[in-house]
Amino acid sequence: MSPRPGFVLEVDRSTPPTLFWHGENFRLERLPVGSRVVYPPEPLVPLADPDAAIAHALEHPLGDSAPLSALLHRGMKLTIAFDDVSLPLPQMESPDVRSRVIEAVLDQAAAAGVDDVVLIAALALHRRMTDDELRHALGKRVFDAFAPHGLLWQHDAEDPDGMVTLGETDEGELVAINRRAAESDLLVYVNINLVAMDGGHKSVATGLASYDSIRHHHNVKTMQHSRSFMDRHHSELHTSNWRMGRLIAKSLKIFQIETTLNTATFPDQFGFLNHREWEWGLKDRAAFHTVRAALDRTPAPLARQIFHSVRAPYRLTSVQAGEVEAVHEQTLEHLFAQQLVPVQGQADVLTMGLPFISPYNVNSIMNPILVACLGLGYLFNLYKGKPLVRQGGVAILSHPTPWAFHPVHHPSYIDFFEQVLAETTDPLEVEKRFEESYARDPWYIHLYRTSYAYHGVHPFYMWYWCAHALDHLGAVIVVGGDRAAVRRLGFKPASTLADALEMAEDVVGRDPSITHLHTPPLLIAEVS
Amino acid sequence: MRPALPRRLAAVLSPPTWPGAIERPAPKARLGTSYDTSWARTPAARVGRAVMLDNLTRPLVHLVAAPEVSGLEHLEPLERPVIFAGNHASHLDTSILLSCLPARFRHKSVVAAASDYFFDRHWKAALWSFSLGTIPIERTKVERRSLELIAGLLDDGWSLVIFPEGGRSPDGWGQEFRGWAAYLAKRCGVPVVPFHLRGTRPILAKGSSSLRPGKVEVRFGDALRLEPAGPERREEDARRFGARIEAAVSLLADEAESDWWSARRRASEGATPPLRGPQAAPWRRTWALPDSARKDGARRRLGPAQPW
Repeated sequence: MSPRPGFVLEVDRSTPPTLFWHGENFRLERLPVGSRVVYPPEPLVPLADPDAAIAHALEHPLGDSAPLSALLHRGMKLTIAFDDVSLPLPQMESPDVRSRVIEAVLDQAAAAGVDDVVLIAALALHRRMTDDELRHALGKRVFDAFAPHGLLWQHDAEDPDGMVTLGETDEGELVAINRRAAESDLLVYVNINLVAMDGGHKSVATGLASYDSIRHHHNVKTMQHSRSFMDRHHSELHTSNWRMGRLIAKSLKIFQIETTLNTATFPDQFGFLNHREWEWGLKDRAAFHTVRAALDRTPAPLARQIFHSVRAPYRLTSVQAGEVEAVHEQTLEHLFAQQLVPVQGQADVLTMGLPFISPYNVNSIMNPILVACLGLGYLFNLYKGKPLVRQGGVAILSHPTPWAFHPVHHPSYIDFFEQVLAETTDPLEVEKRFEESYARDPWYIHLYRTSYAYHGVHPFYMWYWCAHALDHLGAVIVVGGDRAAVRRLGFKPASTLADALEMAEDVVGRDPSITHLHTPPLLIAEVS
Repeated sequence: MRPALPRRLAAVLSPPTWPGAIERPAPKARLGTSYDTSWARTPAARVGRAVMLDNLTRPLVHLVAAPEVSGLEHLEPLERPVIFAGNHASHLDTSILLSCLPARFRHKSVVAAASDYFFDRHWKAALWSFSLGTIPIERTKVERRSLELIAGLLDDGWSLVIFPEGGRSPDGWGQEFRGWAAYLAKRCGVPVVPFHLRGTRPILAKGSSSLRPGKVEVRFGDALRLEPAGPERREEDARRFGARIEAAVSLLADEAESDWWSARRRASEGATPPLRGPQAAPWRRTWALPDSARKDGARRRLGPAQPW
């Protein structure tokens, strides 16, 4: 049976309770009659032979690129950059698609006699990956062949000798990227396009860039004018990245390899997450109640560990290679074919259950800033056209929002939460008063370069991701969150969804229209 | 409010409600002829069934029906697989027949059973698949899915027990034989062993709810094979072969009611009483039933039943 598309359900009296993610747990909520629930499409049928598809893509590139084999020659300097641990979410079952693609590229490089090959994790300002994470992403064969010889690098945006400035765009944006990549005869970028925001020129222009370069598009103004991040042609963030990427492409040969995955996000043990509530069979119901009963009694750190050990059974739905822009356009087509769901009209209230994971807390703690970013930065932006909620509407997030931080991964987040948000939650003011000092802080830079810490400026970017939503919404309510943490974010805490809906009426009036975004698995709402 | 555990249990056991806006899909046909019986032929299930047949079913059958078996010598030269085809008057027929089969057939046989009766509920399908090794078939037609399954099993060496009448006798007389046995024998090239069960109806007739212990006779006939193609004729067709199977069972029935020699003589003269009984008004058909086929067993008569 072919996979069913996503759709919008109108809740009636016989609709069973709706599943809400709630961090490392779930809630079953009865939405008011007349509410709408946007369900994701079912996973597309994957490519039958991924390795053959990859080989075909490398030899039949898109745009004005020659096949990879024709670009490789003895004596050349080859750099292979790849997306870091923030993709995909959750991490996928082995073999990771990156390892498949990189092995195919290395096979051709070996056949062409290329000796000078370096692999670079395109971290941008993210934390460095651990050996285990690298081994998982690249596969044991690649890791063991490159890491022991010092040929597996992690991008260091603060290495004064490791960065090179390529110039400025017409808009005056500084373009500085990784020196090794810039000085290579060929840069192969291996991407996973989990959402429409990823890929294209953003891969190199952000993934291998410096803070001084990234700040030109990771700022409040750009974010507020990205409507949305998932719609490249209406995203200032992407427009800026495209300008930079085109400048980079003038001085560097880039062979972009982009992949898309289906939405098979959860393994069979969590089958109830892949099925619609009214279709839950005995196994789904038993699994759900068993899991929830167990999680109710599980300490949060253990629950976190369990969830982060989940490996998604994602499967490859497309792979394309060649010139960046041509590749990305086709990638987006495949991605939208999997994730797009048409939705008619906006609602007064948008509800979202937030899961345990965001791109920046893989194997880590979802701190309150990341909760805000996941809800308002990512899920709110899962739209094309118009947001799912009207201007001045209310977003209701469901997440425990613990006042907890990972001290190794998120040191600057702790200070941002304690110092910056305690003073103001206005993104523009936050940017103006505090960004520079955090970005240049030598201690944060030291931790970013030598430990496993996100860059000092990273929590600011998380807050900027929320800027469009904060500008658009009349109020944000968090159900079941730590009250103090929620208030610090500038949001309103509520004990139950019913309370939250009551509170929302104070903002949007009585009997509001409600839309629930039933994700993950991921979807992009095309709102007309 | 109920305590948490029963509440959770109820939530697990109760299927979710269905939104009015969503069209319910047609239920998946997992019963009837679509029921997957392969689990009942796994080694574990076969061992379980063998233990049950030998230690529970057979003693019970001997207690209730005290079967007297004749004609087993016809089975001795046969290699598996074969098709056993015979008359059907009671739910006990299958258990009695399986109990009387030699072990080499008993433990590797499947039984064709009406899909609408034995496979209309999951528990029934599971019970009969396990205890008797039943396979669901359509009563009235040769259905492709069941056909492929049974043909595959015959090819794998499983024997088949089938009641070609398609159901238990409603009035004690036989019914028309349907084409299953002949068709399968032709398709798979296996012999058909006719059998006749005498006396099962009084023990548990169609419509009865209580057992009345009695005595049963089980007769096996000579194995029948399709007549091969000759220089001037084609291979026997399934329809003719089906008629021969019915005739063979009729002969065994006649033998049960009279004696071997008399039945043979009537057969050679083409005067074997038809299994289906006289074509007459229902009461006369009932009147003419031999005691062994009466629902309530032997009854006092004013005189002997008249031959028709």
